[in-house]
Amino acid sequence: MSDLLRLARVSRHFSGLQALRDVTLSVASGEVLGLIGPNGAGKTTLVNTICGVTPANSGSVMFDGRDITRIKTYQAARLGLSRTFQIVQPFSEFTALDNVAAAALFSQPGASLKAAREAARAHLAFVGLEAQGAQPAATLTLAMRKRLELAKALAMKPKLLFLDEVNAGLNSAEVERATRLIHELAASGITIVMIEHLMKVVLNVCTRIVVLHNGALIADGAPREVISNPAVVEAYLGQKYAQRSAGHG
Amino acid sequence: MTRSNIALLVLVAAVAALPLFGGAYALRLGTIACLYAVLALSWNVVGGLAGYPSFATAAFFGYGAYAAGVLLGHGWPLWAAVAFAALSALVGAAALGAVLLRLRGHYFAIASLSLAEVLRELVNNATDLTGGGMGLNIPLAAGSGVMAEATFFFFAMWGVLLATALMAIVVGGSKLGFALACIRQNETASSMVGLNTTLYKAAAFGLSACFVGAAGGIYAAWVHYIDPSDVFDILYSVKPIVMALMGGLGSPLGVACGAFLYLGLEEVVWRNYIQIHTGVLGLLIVLLLLFLPHGLSSLRADRLWRRAKHV
Repeated sequence: MSDLLRLARVSRHFSGLQALRDVTLSVASGEVLGLIGPNGAGKTTLVNTICGVTPANSGSVMFDGRDITRIKTYQAARLGLSRTFQIVQPFSEFTALDNVAAAALFSQPGASLKAAREAARAHLAFVGLEAQGAQPAATLTLAMRKRLELAKALAMKPKLLFLDEVNAGLNSAEVERATRLIHELAASGITIVMIEHLMKVVLNVCTRIVVLHNGALIADGAPREVISNPAVVEAYLGQKYAQRSAGHG
Repeated sequence: MTRSNIALLVLVAAVAALPLFGGAYALRLGTIACLYAVLALSWNVVGGLAGYPSFATAAFFGYGAYAAGVLLGHGWPLWAAVAFAALSALVGAAALGAVLLRLRGHYFAIASLSLAEVLRELVNNATDLTGGGMGLNIPLAAGSGVMAEATFFFFAMWGVLLATALMAIVVGGSKLGFALACIRQNETASSMVGLNTTLYKAAAFGLSACFVGAAGGIYAAWVHYIDPSDVFDILYSVKPIVMALMGGLGSPLGVACGAFLYLGLEEVVWRNYIQIHTGVLGLLIVLLLLFLPHGLSSLRADRLWRRAKHV
């Protein structure tokens, strides 16, 4: 498998705060990579840096054989990097359908509004929102808005999809449903990087895990290996979790 | 085409029938009505659709007036001078927009407000070209009567209004209009789905300048004399916003109705309360916005009917 995304010594600081320190990381195509770490570790900043929202101060980001370190957000989106937001960002006055249509329209060069709405319908059906298509996004429940985010991201025909805490704030039935969707996406060949706090989901879905702590990568490897790594236990998982999972495993 | 767009075109067509009903006063009022509607519809592209509170209308208007006025003085024909004013306003505003529209909210409002002041100072100081504070005389078109000229300028301004209305309709149903609606709702999310926000905002700013520039050029030829404090008057920036708010943000039909309503109020109040007319007008506007916060376009015939039945 070839590397779809390669980060080399990427650093980003916000004045005095070092959010990312020399992060070196590759993502192979077809992988489902879990990105975990405590709050404030720099997980979302890492995604923002790759997508061009907060470009790296040093280091380089290669995507699909092309240097995207200094790329603008909208250009990254057109290259096939798409993401969902941890805090959902719908176009709240638009209907669910038009939300997805906007993603289909502006990410594909030369798309027409009519064709975009057609495509949007299919993506809404995939995430199970076809009944809510005509409803304004502001009236959807949180779980529905999270799925709307996912439909928007898919409408951009991504090569690499970042899922930023798609399960945060959902109840267990909703989490199960979202997990099934992620499985289906992975099976369809989309490379996925997911930020997730629910270890059950991470272990269930991911083929590899990296751990970020204070802006630096502290572990990278197969899921079982990483969760028994003492540094990860110390920084993120905690002793109790380690004992429990050791007991189960 | 939607019903409200057809209604807008019917309204514009109805305005064209005005010369049938009256003399010089009706023509003068009609010309101003067209001018106001052009300003309000143009402002709506950037203020209503994209949600950027622009105070740059006076800058575009004054620019158009001076560009056309100077060219007319050099012997250009009216149509060429007005076309130049419109096109250079389009290009200039689009270029400026790419820079200015990086600011958001109040910061953008202040920056756009300063645009008119900068142009005013430039005109004041370029005495050789513009006559500076003394103003600029624009040569009279030779050999036509007063009424013929009034009719001509009415239809010239009406033509600009028609073009502006068509622009508003086309933009509303296009990819550009969709993009501006996305930008208004959530600019961060817009760029995340691959929307080049700078490009679309610059296009919107350019379009909001183009027809205002043309209207300024026709205004200059119509009144034959312009000076900086007249055409760069801040009221040309504020009035279109009030009209759009009165009519209903975003909807071209509402905005055009707002412009006509505003002119009607202005005219009636000015006639009856000459000494306190600005005060009374201000009061009326406040009352209208208080009791009809979403403007005229929120009033629908069917809804009024239903309410009447319940009462």
